[in-house]
Parts: sequence; C-alpha cells; structure tokens
Amino acid sequence: MRVSNIVDTFSEIFGSLSRNKLRSLATGFAVACGLFLLIILQGTSNGIIHTFEQASEGFAFDAIHVFPGLTSIPYNGIQDGRRIKLDDSDSEVTLRNFPNELSAAIAQISHTANSASVGKNYLNTVSLQGAEPATQEMEAIQLLEGRFINKIDLAEQRKVIVISDKNRDDLFKHGERAINKQVRIDGIGFTVIGIYKDDGMMSSNDFYAPFTTLQTIYGKGYEIDQLLMKAKNLDTEEKNEAFEEAFRKVMASKHDFDPEDRSALWIWNSASDNADMTKAENILHTAFWILGLLTLLSGVVGVSNIMLISVKERTHEFGIRKAIGAKPIDIIGMVVLESIVITTIFGYIGMVLGVIFCEYMDAYYGSQTMDMGFFQSSVFVDPTVDISTCIQATFVMIIAGALAGFFPASKAARVKPIEALRG
Amino acid sequence: MMIQLKGLHKTYKGAQPLHVLKGIDLNIEEGEFVAIMGASGSGKSTLLNILGILDDYDEGEYTLNGTLIKNLSETKSADYRNRMIGFVFQSFNLIPYKDAMENVALPLFYQGVGRSKRNALAMEYLDKVGLRDWAHHLPNEMSGGQKQRVAIARALITQPQIILADEPTGALDSKTTIEVMQLLKELNQQGLTIIVVTHEQDVAEQTKRIIHIVDGQIVGS
Repeated sequence: MRVSNIVDTFSEIFGSLSRNKLRSLATGFAVACGLFLLIILQGTSNGIIHTFEQASEGFAFDAIHVFPGLTSIPYNGIQDGRRIKLDDSDSEVTLRNFPNELSAAIAQISHTANSASVGKNYLNTVSLQGAEPATQEMEAIQLLEGRFINKIDLAEQRKVIVISDKNRDDLFKHGERAINKQVRIDGIGFTVIGIYKDDGMMSSNDFYAPFTTLQTIYGKGYEIDQLLMKAKNLDTEEKNEAFEEAFRKVMASKHDFDPEDRSALWIWNSASDNADMTKAENILHTAFWILGLLTLLSGVVGVSNIMLISVKERTHEFGIRKAIGAKPIDIIGMVVLESIVITTIFGYIGMVLGVIFCEYMDAYYGSQTMDMGFFQSSVFVDPTVDISTCIQATFVMIIAGALAGFFPASKAARVKPIEALRG
Repeated sequence: MMIQLKGLHKTYKGAQPLHVLKGIDLNIEEGEFVAIMGASGSGKSTLLNILGILDDYDEGEYTLNGTLIKNLSETKSADYRNRMIGFVFQSFNLIPYKDAMENVALPLFYQGVGRSKRNALAMEYLDKVGLRDWAHHLPNEMSGGQKQRVAIARALITQPQIILADEPTGALDSKTTIEVMQLLKELNQQGLTIIVVTHEQDVAEQTKRIIHIVDGQIVGS
C-alpha cells in the first residue's frame, strides 16, 4: 500500500463494505456489543470501587479497637467465663508499653440514652460516646461546624456534645443554628459545640461528649467499654500479628487471664482489614479486566469469522485483482484495513452507547442509597469511565481489528490469480 | 522476439500426476496476431496461464520481451502481469461494484498512479473503445459487448507488451463477436501483439496465425 493512495484505499474499503450492508452490519453488531459491554463493565467496576472508597472515607485505617470479653480458659485458679473489665488506666499502660507501635491510646465509654430532645423534636435511643480530643482523629470524624471536645471540657467535665448533621436536621428547624443550643438528653441539658459529617455508617447516631462527663453523670466508675489505639509503623501483616500477641500478654498479666485466651479480649484491627479490602479491590479490577478482554476476544473472533466468509465470497474478485497486478501486500492491506474500519466504526458506536448507559446508571443508581437500617450506603458511586479508558479502548479496537483481519487477509493473499479465469 | 518458449513442460501433481504440456517450442514476434486452438483438455488453457504468468511451469524456458519468466515471487509476477500483459477474459471479469471508469483505472491503482491521472487515462481508453458515455455505469447496466470493450480498455491502459484473450467472444452473440474481433484487429494494426485462445474456427480465422495444440504438443502452425 502506498501512502499517496490512502484515500483510494479507503474508498475501496467503503465500496466493498457498502456492497454487502447486512454482512457489515452483522459484523459490526458483534463488535459494538463487545465494546458496549466492555465500557459498562469498566463503569460498573469503577462504581463498585468508588463505593468502597466512599464508604471507607469516614474510616481511620490505623485504628485498633479492643473490647473486653469473657475468659474461655481457667487461669490462676479462677474459673473460665469470667468477664474482663478494662479500666481507664489501660490506655496509659498500653501507650507506655508500646511507644514504637502506637501513637495514641484512648479509653472509650458509652451510654445509651432513651431520648434526646429540642423543644418538640426528639430522637429515640441515642448513644453518648465518651470522647477525648484524640478521638476526632482516631475515628476520622469530619467536623462541619464548631469544634470537637477539648482538654478543658475534659478537665471541667463540661456538659457539651458534638452531633451529626443528620441528627441536627432531626432536632433543629431547617436553617436554625444548632451551635450553643441546648439538647436535653434524658432530662439533662447538653450544649452543642460541634457538628460532624454523617458518613452513613452505623455510628451516625452517636453524640460525642467529654469522657469524664459521662464517667461522672452516669456513674461509670473506672470501667471502660473499649480501648481505642492508633497504630504507627504497623505496615505489614506480620508486624500487626506480633503487636497483637505482645499486647495480649501485657493485658493478660494486668487483668489476670491466659495470654492464649482469644476470647478474653476482642481486637479489631482495621489496618489488617484495610489490607484485605485493597486486595479485594485489586481482585475485582483484575476480574473485570479479564471479563472485558474475553468479551472483546469473542468480538474479535466474530469479526475474524465474518471476514473469513467475506474473503471466501470474494475469491473471484481477489483473483481478478491479482491477475491485473495486485501484489499479496495490496490484498492483505485491503482486508486488514477493512477489518480495522469495521471494528473501529462499530466499536465507537458501542463505546458511545456504553458511555451513555454509564451516565444513565450514574444519574439513576448513583443517587440511590441502600438503607440497611443501621448501615446506609450508596449502591454505585460515579459508575463511569474516564477519557483515558476511551482512548485505550480505541487503541484496543485498532489492534483487535488488525488481529481479526490478519488471518482472513493472509488467506485472501493466497488466492491464486488463476481463480480469475474460473466462473 | 516477443515470446519465446523452449521445451516447456508442465505436470499437475496429485494422486495421478497429469502431464499437460509435453515440450512446447513456440516463437511469437512483436506485432503478431495469433490464435491458439485446441480441444478441451489439450493443454491450451495451461499454456495461456503460463503465458500470462498466472501459473508456473516445470521445465524449459519462457522469455517475454527479453525477460526470463521463471520461478518468480508472487510480488514480482504481479508486477510483471501488471506492466507487460493485458488480459481479456471470456466472462469479462469486471468488478461488479465499480463503474466502467474505475474498472479500467484499476491496474493503474496497483501501479500507484494518482486518482485524477488514473481516471483521466481511463476516460481516454474508454473513448478509444467507444464507451466514453458509459463511464459511470456499473457492469450489470451494460451489454456483453460493452462489458468486453471495458475489459479491453482495462487491458490496454498499462500499455502492455502483449494482450492475452481467453475465449474473448465465448459469451457474446455473433454480432458483438464481430465488433470485438474488429476492435482487436485494429489494435493489432496499431502494432500490439495479441494472442487469442479460442475453439471457434471463424474467430481463429480472423487472426494472422493459428497454432493447434493436441495432447500437450503443438501440431503445425
């Protein structure tokens, strides 16, 4: 093929494509479907991954939660089934023992109140969380307004709370400023000092109040519900396991239980959860890639097959062309280009339809949320493909078209010019 | 000497090898108008294929206008066919979805000649065969005689050394047969070497020399 004849080559191709419209359409349909599915798969996978990412936004990946449990192994002459009590000195002890593994450790207590009300508006069953200044960072709480609990609140045991924007909307009139207003919780007045962003997770009904305030008002004593720690340098699975092992030993000697007793303390390490989630995202991505490629492959095989039939039908024509001077390379170029043109034109149609469908999914499902009572989540977040995916898809189409055309083309090039004399 | 064949042998291989050409010696001078006649199975089609560089031969030598035609690559033989030989076929062999002008211009496409030059030349040659007004008609809109004239224009456009016509009147009625043979005669009078394969005696008689092939060998001439 000669560069000067590109225009002619294309008019040759369009000539032969328009000659057999039904066949061209049938071939193109397979490719269009393939690209349509490829784009939708990519969009869906992006949507699921974006959903993961959004759901984990209000999530601190270096937090380690420790809950007290029941012993399951008799220890030191004490029967099993004993309840372990963590107390507010545990945070200090832990931090002192693991200065290299932890950047913070705080004790947490909570109190479930029957109601919270402002005037006539009220909420049933709210959970008051005892908080320290460090709680904000550890639980990745995003403040929208006001401030979080500070040291003075703790020292003076102030009756102040931080509530979610969702609860603010439930308790206060639209547009009303909630900061510095009173909320009555089981008859006791608390002043709102901050509003945090509701992330749709299960903790969005939590009110944060100073740790010391809860201890005093609700007579919690020194016992705590949960020990919350912020990890540092624990970047591998092995380090996490080693830390948990050492931590159990320290707690076991402090609270008199067998270090091997797994049920005495419940440890929820979100760092290792995060590693699992990243792995899951990668698997999803790879799986959708493979699915997309297989879809495309079936399209390529389809094009190749129909091109093969087309070549067979046109044996006589290729014979004539060779008799009057077409070289094998001319024939190969013609068939391969024809294949690329079919693949690309119909591929684009499929791609555009796929992008439109993704935008529709985004507009329709992207705005819908799935409410599971305690857990609220968007079904799909931005299930669309970006321009780079489209550019990649274009290259893939051209390569796929060339591949699909190559086998039929080499068959066409082998047609003997004597064929021209038959028929 | 335009065509020189020396001891040409051709055997079709297979379960039962078929020895088709059994030592052909033939000289054709420039400007000759030759008819090759023979019964079917005599080997005349095979001889035509070899003369047209459409097929290879096993033994002997074929020299076309001083160029030895033997064991050529596909690309080389395509190039020689394009530049040295003009084909006229029994069934015209026009490309059905191209109009007369595009069909005539096609050999030049494979020479890399630009579109406008190609089409201008094609119009010139269509004019020579009296079909200028039919330039934009598709083959199925034309009569057999017209199609064969388009095919002749296509054969002429590369200014080949020889015209090979395989039963050029086989699909035509007697009136158009006369027209087509008249055209070939005129071309020959202009100095072109023409070889016609036919089994029709009256067609052969319009040429200047008749070669008979019987059982793979030339008898008299």
